[in-house]
Amino acid sequence: MATISLKNLTKVYGKAEVIHGIDLDIADGEFVVFVGPSGCGKSTTLRMIAGLEAVSGGEIRIGDRVVNELDPKSRNIAMVFQNYAIYPHMTVRENIAIGLYTQNLDKEEKARRVENAAQILGLTDFADRRPAALSGGQRQRVAMGRAMVRDPAAFLFDEPLSNLDAQLRAQMRIEIKALHQRLGSTIAYVTHDQVEAMTMADRIVVMKDGHILQQGRPMDIYANPVDVFTARFIGTPSMNIIPSGLAGGPAAGDGGRPVLLGVRPQDLHVGQAAAAGGLTLAGPVTAVEPLGPETLVHFRVGEETVIGTAPATQIPEVGSEVSARAEDAQLHRFDAETEKALESR
Amino acid sequence: MTSVTETPGLAMSRINPGAIIRWTILFIGGVLMVTPLLYMFSTSLKTPGQIYDLRLIPAEPTLANYIEVLREGDFMRWFINSSIVAVVVTLSNLFFDSLVGYTLAKFKFRGRRFVFIAILSTLMIPTEMLVIPWYLMSAQFGWLDTYWGIMFPGMTTAFGTFLMKQFFETVPDDFLEAARIDGMNEFTIWWKIAMPLVTPALSALAIFTFLGNWTAFFWPLIVTTSKELYTLPIGLTSFAVEQAIRWEMIMTGAALATIPTLVIFLVLQRFIVRGVMLAGLKG
Ligand SMILES: Nc1ncnc2c1ncn2[C@@H]1O[C@H](COP(=O)(O)OP(=O)(O)OP(=O)(O)O)[C@@H](O)[C@H]1O
Ligand SMILES: [Mg+2]
Repeated sequence: MATISLKNLTKVYGKAEVIHGIDLDIADGEFVVFVGPSGCGKSTTLRMIAGLEAVSGGEIRIGDRVVNELDPKSRNIAMVFQNYAIYPHMTVRENIAIGLYTQNLDKEEKARRVENAAQILGLTDFADRRPAALSGGQRQRVAMGRAMVRDPAAFLFDEPLSNLDAQLRAQMRIEIKALHQRLGSTIAYVTHDQVEAMTMADRIVVMKDGHILQQGRPMDIYANPVDVFTARFIGTPSMNIIPSGLAGGPAAGDGGRPVLLGVRPQDLHVGQAAAAGGLTLAGPVTAVEPLGPETLVHFRVGEETVIGTAPATQIPEVGSEVSARAEDAQLHRFDAETEKALESR
Repeated sequence: MTSVTETPGLAMSRINPGAIIRWTILFIGGVLMVTPLLYMFSTSLKTPGQIYDLRLIPAEPTLANYIEVLREGDFMRWFINSSIVAVVVTLSNLFFDSLVGYTLAKFKFRGRRFVFIAILSTLMIPTEMLVIPWYLMSAQFGWLDTYWGIMFPGMTTAFGTFLMKQFFETVPDDFLEAARIDGMNEFTIWWKIAMPLVTPALSALAIFTFLGNWTAFFWPLIVTTSKELYTLPIGLTSFAVEQAIRWEMIMTGAALATIPTLVIFLVLQRFIVRGVMLAGLKG
């Protein structure tokens, strides 16, 4: 296992710079998740770490080596692809064994490691099958097995779960997390699913347009997003962002600049009467989503649609008027022009 | 009652005029293709006196022609010559065409488009125009009347390169990148990962190349002079030249000559239909 460090890393395709100088240090054994919208450069960053894309500027270190000029095989990293990319003409066992291709092990040791990986991943019963005869989840495990047998300096995952259905995804999340704890490996993991980011990461790196917007522990980012983008991106459903004036507060903050208020749907309690302090919003209900333990209530405030939470037992009618309230402590404030957070709490 | 309402529908779907025309055309085509073959086998079983008797089933079928063809003359020699030429040229095409096709499909380098277009443009030059330069070249290098002389023009083909390039383009880069990370060198990636993924194309190319070389006539006729180096098609025509036209012998030789092509086709064609590649991806 090893550390990974990126210094002022840039990537240029033709004339377009798509990564604008990223600095990041991944500690030994750390599980770092890159999130961000499509096209923000997550894959490109990961592929540069892997050595599949040339570095345009800056420096990548794995352990204490600068690896900018090394080809992928000399970097001793393992990668799991979104499409799995396990070799269709080889059996599960052969696919996993390919992970040991470069290592000079005797036959028994190889077989032992492959067997071991297959067992950890629950693939023993399928070891002689070809990928065509496996389910999506099993294929994904084979791809992980191929990465695991090697004992690499780091694992790179590029959206490994995005082709799986929701249930399997939830299960694999837990398996990958467990694998990380068991192997203590350094992992860089790309996803645009913020649930994966929240549940698996030691540290989340939020990217946008080739920049790192924010990084930190999942709960820290959740509690203190640095700007409107991160605030909306982390947490489901997305944080409500409304102009302060609309919420009955002062239209401008200190210095007379317009302010945006942010409140998470979970903190906006529908059905509570107005009270002093905090934020109170009211309007006609446009949609309700009963989730079981609670109900999400969409209602209109001026031009904006806001989502609040009602207890499971109170499901308001669509079209009825509701009011909802959030404590002051749960409110986020952003500058309306720069969209940056105004104070950190 | 229900059967009454069903009948018109069923009848309609059976008497589909389009299908009738299609099947008729296919049937006529099939008959046209098969008839010469049947006559070839039929004639090969006839005695010299019967060959202008156009019955499909010979009056007195005999295997004498086969015995004569196989025992006398150079038939076995030509058969072996043809086999050597066709097998070597086919293997060479499978190897070099896919190597070049893979490079053109999967590596970005300066001049790639130019190389590709240059290769493609050679497809437009007819063989007849190339024969003279080939001949002069062979004469100069002393390749006339040698195996290499027969084989060298076909060792790689623009068509094969084009075909393989198109197929390699359908191989997802993920496989190659995964292999790079797993530590294979570029040649191994091509050989161990990319090649197995294009077996349908390789089979098709093998069939085309083998058939083309097995039946090749023009160039082998020009480049060979000694009887020991004749390939089958040249050898078979010599039946006509030397001993008047002995149709029953030509047909017997031709019948024997179809065996390898049938075998190649039957063995390889099942790989053509097997789409193995996508199984390694997604769910
Ligand atoms: N080969 C390429 N040539 C030119 N531009 C490219 C190339 N590959 C990626 N890009 C551009 O680089 C930017 C970042 O792409 P990247 O694949 O890293 O995005 P991503 O964050 O992984 O997105 P997604 O979530 O959709 O996978 C995009 O704007 C993309 O258009
Ligand atoms: Mg991506």
